[in-house]
Amino acid sequence: MTPGAIAIRALIIGFIISFAVITGFAYTTLLERKVLARLQHRVGPNRAGYIPVPWRGGEKRFLGGFMQPAADAVKLFMKEDPTPAKVDKITYNLAPMLAVIPAILILAVIPWAPAFRLGPWRFTPYFAIAPGINVGVLFILAITSISVYGIILAGWASNSKYAILGGIRASAQMISYELALGIIVLIPIMMANSMNLGEIVEAQRPFWFAFIQPLAAIVFFIAALAELQRAPFDLLEAEQELSAGFNVEYAGMRFGMFFMAEYMKMISLSAIFATFFLGGYGGPFVDRFPWLGFIYIIAKIIGCLFLMIWIRASLPRLRYDQLMGFGWKGLLPIAVLNFIITAVLIVMAEEGTLAPLLETIRGFFIG
Amino acid sequence: MIHPIPFILLAAVAVAAALGMLLSHNAVHSALYLVLNFITVAIFYLALNAPFIAMVQITVYAGAIVVLFLFVIMLLGAERLRSAADDVRGPERLHRYTALALALVLIGVVGYLLFQGGLGVGGTAATAGAALDASPQALGMELFQSYVLPFQVTGVLLLAAIAGVVIFGHTKKRGGENA
Repeated sequence: MTPGAIAIRALIIGFIISFAVITGFAYTTLLERKVLARLQHRVGPNRAGYIPVPWRGGEKRFLGGFMQPAADAVKLFMKEDPTPAKVDKITYNLAPMLAVIPAILILAVIPWAPAFRLGPWRFTPYFAIAPGINVGVLFILAITSISVYGIILAGWASNSKYAILGGIRASAQMISYELALGIIVLIPIMMANSMNLGEIVEAQRPFWFAFIQPLAAIVFFIAALAELQRAPFDLLEAEQELSAGFNVEYAGMRFGMFFMAEYMKMISLSAIFATFFLGGYGGPFVDRFPWLGFIYIIAKIIGCLFLMIWIRASLPRLRYDQLMGFGWKGLLPIAVLNFIITAVLIVMAEEGTLAPLLETIRGFFIG
Repeated sequence: MIHPIPFILLAAVAVAAALGMLLSHNAVHSALYLVLNFITVAIFYLALNAPFIAMVQITVYAGAIVVLFLFVIMLLGAERLRSAADDVRGPERLHRYTALALALVLIGVVGYLLFQGGLGVGGTAATAGAALDASPQALGMELFQSYVLPFQVTGVLLLAAIAGVVIFGHTKKRGGENA
């Protein structure tokens, strides 16, 4: 294929995946509201849209509330969207966009399915917007590192005390947890011996990295929660302290865009977690039926989203000094230790000294 | 090599962002122009078949350093720069002449090298660059085998810088109050 054809194909796939994720974002909000409600013994939104069951006279309803995201969108678009008087106009309008763009950009390197062919198009070595990038992991780190701008600029541009406190908290928190995240990401790279996300997925063929490196998976998940500013790390929008944090001056769809960025980042980081630790698109029979890859990775993403919502319903919010202490004194040393031990073990295995050592240890215990 | 038309467009964006950074009177706007400049430069690296450097450029400069700049600007509340009228009084009067002289020196050196072909623009250096393997693996091998000593020295330097920050930033606290 010529570069032009590759670019056009990437654009088409990117368009489709972006729209799928925007729809996914809408339904993630519904999932969150429904799951939170059920965990708190409530019903959750059940009015907007349902499928009546005709043989019971329309009394019994299926899927109550499945049009709730559309109702929310209509509400957000209809709301008045005032710009406060003394804001920095350009930055104020730019911030919501800068929040959403990285959330979508991350998806460019996520592998959704193994190689397959669809009519004239052959998707090799795996199906993604930009497959086969040999710096895929670095791309993810780069994009997550610039995703802080939307929040920090929204806080600054609003010209409001609450907003700037929220923005500063957010930037400090994201910088702190990015370190642990960046070091943990090295472990799948070392285990797979590649920065190519497709090869990382293929390296998890027999066992997911979450089973081989459970500690790394847990640290990654916690750091991702902190990076997302999700509960229990949602310090920047602590209602009691900051009213609503960085987005307190925003209304209507510009507020909705921050909302959208948060949920889309939930989806993208779940996809990254699934790719690094849960075997990505891998699963039974995926070699014979490549389209199963889509189902597997989407199921894994929904599982991660459910876990995030469950954590939000279960845990209280951390205090600010606890948050910083946990990041710097807890997660970072664990990540570094895990990284060093993994590196040593890999080198020992390559030089053939690991097997005799394990044999000795086994002999010591068995006798 | 990069096609001339996108090159000119990107170069225009990069130069405009650099000028915007210098001429903007608002420190936050300057920082944002700087980010735009870094991202444009990263795209140049990508076009020159150096994806590793491009990603590191975005992660380190756009993602970490400018965020810290913004952090400091916001904490100090130093968004507004002083107007030019304040500068011409005071001891900073001479700074602009020093800056002008240094800029002239830079332009002179770069111009001289450009005309001499010493920067590798066109000619043999560029064609040699095209055959270079810029994958992360090749880069890592090169870095940890051929250049391991400079790498280690840089590490020690950074460690010294971190130790310095800890020493300067460390203040004795009384009681168990949270920071």
